[in-house]
Amino acid sequence: MTETQTTAEAVTTTRPTLLEARDLHVEFSSRGRRARAVDGVNLAIGEGEIVALVGESGCGKTTLARTLLGLERPTSGEVRYDGNPLTYTSKALKTYRRQVQLVLQDPTGSLNPRHTVYEAVAEGPRIHGLPDEQDLVSKALSHAGLRPPDRFFLRYPHELSGGQRQRVVIAGALALNPKVLIADEPVASLDASVRGEILALLLRLRDELGLSALVVTHDLGLAWNIADRVAVMYLGRIVESGPVEQVLTAPRHPYTQALMSVLPESPERVVLTGEPPDPTRIPGGCRFHARCQVLASGKAAEAGVHTRCRTEPLPILPATPEAQAACYYAETTTP
Amino acid sequence: MTTPLESAEPAVQAAGPADERPTSRGTLQYALSKAGGALFSIAMVLVGTFFVFRLLPGDPVRNLAQGRNMTPDQLDLERRRLGLDKPLIDQFLNFVGDTLRLDLGTSYEYKRPVIDLIGERIGPTLLLTGTGLVIAVSLGIWQGTRAGWRHGSRFDRVSTGVSLLLWSVPTFWLGLLLMMVFGVGIGPIPSLFPFRGIESVDAPDGFGYVLDVASHMVLPCLTLVAVVYAQYLMVMRSSLLEEVSQDYVTVARAKGLRDDEVRRRHAVPNALLPTVTLVFMRIGFVVGGAVTVEYIYTWPGLGQLFYRAIEVPDFTLMQGTFMLITVSVIVMNTLADVVYHLLDPRVRSA
Repeated sequence: MTETQTTAEAVTTTRPTLLEARDLHVEFSSRGRRARAVDGVNLAIGEGEIVALVGESGCGKTTLARTLLGLERPTSGEVRYDGNPLTYTSKALKTYRRQVQLVLQDPTGSLNPRHTVYEAVAEGPRIHGLPDEQDLVSKALSHAGLRPPDRFFLRYPHELSGGQRQRVVIAGALALNPKVLIADEPVASLDASVRGEILALLLRLRDELGLSALVVTHDLGLAWNIADRVAVMYLGRIVESGPVEQVLTAPRHPYTQALMSVLPESPERVVLTGEPPDPTRIPGGCRFHARCQVLASGKAAEAGVHTRCRTEPLPILPATPEAQAACYYAETTTP
Repeated sequence: MTTPLESAEPAVQAAGPADERPTSRGTLQYALSKAGGALFSIAMVLVGTFFVFRLLPGDPVRNLAQGRNMTPDQLDLERRRLGLDKPLIDQFLNFVGDTLRLDLGTSYEYKRPVIDLIGERIGPTLLLTGTGLVIAVSLGIWQGTRAGWRHGSRFDRVSTGVSLLLWSVPTFWLGLLLMMVFGVGIGPIPSLFPFRGIESVDAPDGFGYVLDVASHMVLPCLTLVAVVYAQYLMVMRSSLLEEVSQDYVTVARAKGLRDDEVRRRHAVPNALLPTVTLVFMRIGFVVGGAVTVEYIYTWPGLGQLFYRAIEVPDFTLMQGTFMLITVSVIVMNTLADVVYHLLDPRVRSA
């Protein structure tokens, strides 16, 4: 796995940016409490690049994905596509939808149970009034690995297996010929045997169609398998990002280290203590400091950064392809 | 996590039992099996109807005499005439035989065939309860859709609150209230609508007659709708809420479908399924009329006929009307099953 490291790095740095989040904030308020689900995120997805967004449940990764899709409006900051900021007029959004498409975790829920496969895949082209609908549907189904496509036209979702359903969902996204696929836990609800197939499909689509993808997941193994770059999110902010080999083999942020340590190969396990993260009460200083194992073990104090960890807010990481971590301790250990 | 991903990605072939597509034969078979169940239910109703009504207190012969002095001999004669002197089992066998020949017998009180009495009364009942059902269903579905789509909005809170308040009001109380306020007139409010019967004594012909009947229908219809539309609203609202939270709604939005189109193409058709079932079940009760409302507004329908039959008790008339009501409920339930089967592909292949 060190072999590919240099090549992957070289590729990521030269890619022009396609989809970008700039200083993105998304807040929700309910019953007087403000939840900062996305609290300052810079993230860029290059052409033909697969980026994995990793983090535990409730860290804001799904909200970030929805905001990138234009389904949620940012409180501040902007989503940029192909260099232009996204505007939220219905016409601009409709045009945007042809470029950026969505694949969700649960294929059963993602398909209208009363629509046939053909209707599901043809919906996108119909909305946008694309010509040669049947041709588009056939091509999309073939690309998604459902062959021969016409044998699937009149099937209902409940007649298909989970993997086939997810392929139909992907075909529905592909029918619009998008440039970016945003996949929110695309294989989490599938059997292990089917997972590999769907992941291989995503990789093949990248190679054949030049598709970029943002894969939202809590599964580091999945990120390792398909992503070029990985961004680790904690409590509304990206805490570490970079080429997948670098971040996952030599994690610098204590949170990433803790995530990695639960993998079976890991020599020692880091168990995070303290309260689970709550986006309505983001701690001051480093937002991870209350649960940070490096701070708790006294290593941060040895390095002399412990007061900064507790009191001084960290700057928001820029959207660079190089490896970076938002951590005072990491800064002292690596020059 | 270091295992490299196998690049071999087989194309998925269409195979397996899904090739045997459910056909119209499947639906027919399903309908026939449901019809079989319905026939069994009707047979049980036949038995129940006969015996349960004979448990009612009151001697029909004495009540029909209405206080006139009759000698025991006369009463016996009357009993013999009505066939009430025979053993219960013989009466029952006669009843079953007659019913199978579609002969519902002769009313004790009106001394006319029950089937003729029903024929006279079914028109006004269908007119009143049918109109009420159509209005209640439309109102409920419309408000339920809006309330569910804008969950938690002012419209949602107000329409849900009002409908539930009306739902919990006793029918007779609301009927009397409406009659007093809009029928009789109270304070500055004049008498706006007639509240007795189905037509005026001096009703004109032609279009004028239609208007006359329509104005007689206003108050009973209003009462009927007010007390029942909440159930359509609540069912529609909750099933729409369920659909709206489904992922396919998000997916459709992400494909560029406008909000109102998402509602029209995806959410509402799917949310209508449970409502359709409910409506079909309620159609069955349309025939039974609304006993309370018909009684309050002296509407000449089946409900009133049934009420009068219980007072006597007029066994044959009660059996006839009760059979009609239960059979129509059972038939409509069966139809609801079949319609659901046709509408929902998931049920079809289950």
